[in-house]
Amino acid sequence: MSITPFLVLSGLLFSIGAMGVLVRRNAIVVFMCVELMLNASNLAFVTFARQHGNLDGQIAAFFVMVVAAAEVVVGLAIIMTIFRTRRSASVDDASLLKY
Amino acid sequence: MIAFWILAPLMVVCALGMVVVRKAVHSALLLAVVMVGLAVLYAAQDAPFLFAVQIIVYTGAVLMLFLFVLMLVGVDTSDSMVETLPGQRVAAIVLGVLFAGLLVVAVSQATYGAAFGLEAANADGNVPGVAQLLFSKYVFAFEVTSALLITAALGAMLLAHRERLTPKATQRDMALQRMRDYAERGVHPGPLPSPGMLARHNSVDTPALLPDGTPSELSISRVMRAHGTVRDVSHDRLIAAEVESDTKQLGPSRTLDRQDEAGER
Repeated sequence: MSITPFLVLSGLLFSIGAMGVLVRRNAIVVFMCVELMLNASNLAFVTFARQHGNLDGQIAAFFVMVVAAAEVVVGLAIIMTIFRTRRSASVDDASLLKY
Repeated sequence: MIAFWILAPLMVVCALGMVVVRKAVHSALLLAVVMVGLAVLYAAQDAPFLFAVQIIVYTGAVLMLFLFVLMLVGVDTSDSMVETLPGQRVAAIVLGVLFAGLLVVAVSQATYGAAFGLEAANADGNVPGVAQLLFSKYVFAFEVTSALLITAALGAMLLAHRERLTPKATQRDMALQRMRDYAERGVHPGPLPSPGMLARHNSVDTPALLPDGTPSELSISRVMRAHGTVRDVSHDRLIAAEVESDTKQLGPSRTLDRQDEAGER
C-alpha cells in the first residue's frame, strides 16, 4: 500500500492537535493535544521507515516516545503545583509573569 | 489494509471529539482510542516493537498518569468558555483547517514511488534489528536518554513534593480545638448531621432538613455542592408546609400531633 494515506492521517491528527492546543483552556487537555501531535509525528516516522526500508525512522519514533514520557511527567507535576497554589487548571489564570 | 480504512476515520473522529468535548476525562478516554489505533497502524507497518511500546508507554503509563492527575485536580476540570483574546477561538479553528488542508494537499501531491518495505531490515526480526541500531549508531543518544529520564523523575518528585511546615494535628489537638470552638464561638461540638435526615430520601445528595424545613448546609459534602449535584429539597418543604397547615385545619388530634412531633424531632 502506498504511504500517502498514512501521511494524510498523520497530517490530519497533527492539525487537530494543534487546533486543540490553541482552542482549549484546560491545561491538562492542552497537554493531551500536545501528545496527539507527538503521536502524529511518530506515525509519519514509522511510515517513512517503511518507505525507505531501514529502521532509523522507528528508532526516531522510539526516542520521541521516551522524551514524551519524560515531558508528561514533568508537565503534569507543574500543572499539579500550579493547581495547588491557584486552585485552577486553566492556562489563562497563570499569567503572573506578564506584569 | 482494511484495518487502515476502518481505523483512520475512527481515529480522526475521536481526535476531533477529544478537542470538542467539555469534560477532560472524556478527552483522555478518546485519546486512548486514538493511541490504540496508532498502535495497530504501527503493527500493520512492520513495527511490532513500537506497537508494544505504544501500548505499554502511552495507553498504559501516560494516559493513566493523565487520568490520575485529573482525579487529583478533580472539580475544576471543565473549561471556561470565556475568551481572553477576542476572536481567538474562531481564528484558531480557521488556521487549523487551513493548516490541515495545506498538509493534506502537499502530502498527496508528492510522489513517493513504491515503498521499499522492511522485509530486508526485519530479516532477523524487528526487535533485534532495532536493538542493533540502538546500541551501535544511536548508542550515545540512548545513554543521554537515561540522564533525561533521571532528571525528569527527580524534577517530578521535587515539584510534587510538599514540605510539611506545621506538625500534623493529632486527635487530641482536634478534640481540644472542637471544645475551644464551642466555648468561644458556640460551634456545635458533636458530629455533623447526616444527609437525608428528616428528608424524603436518605441518599448522600439530599440535605438534612432542619425542624423548620430548611435544608442544612452542613449535611452535604463540600465537593458535591461544588459539582452542583445536590438535590433540590424546596419541593419537600412545600409538602411539609402543606401537611402542617392540613394538621392545623384538622385541629388537635392525638395521632397527628404525635406524627408532627416525630417529624420535628
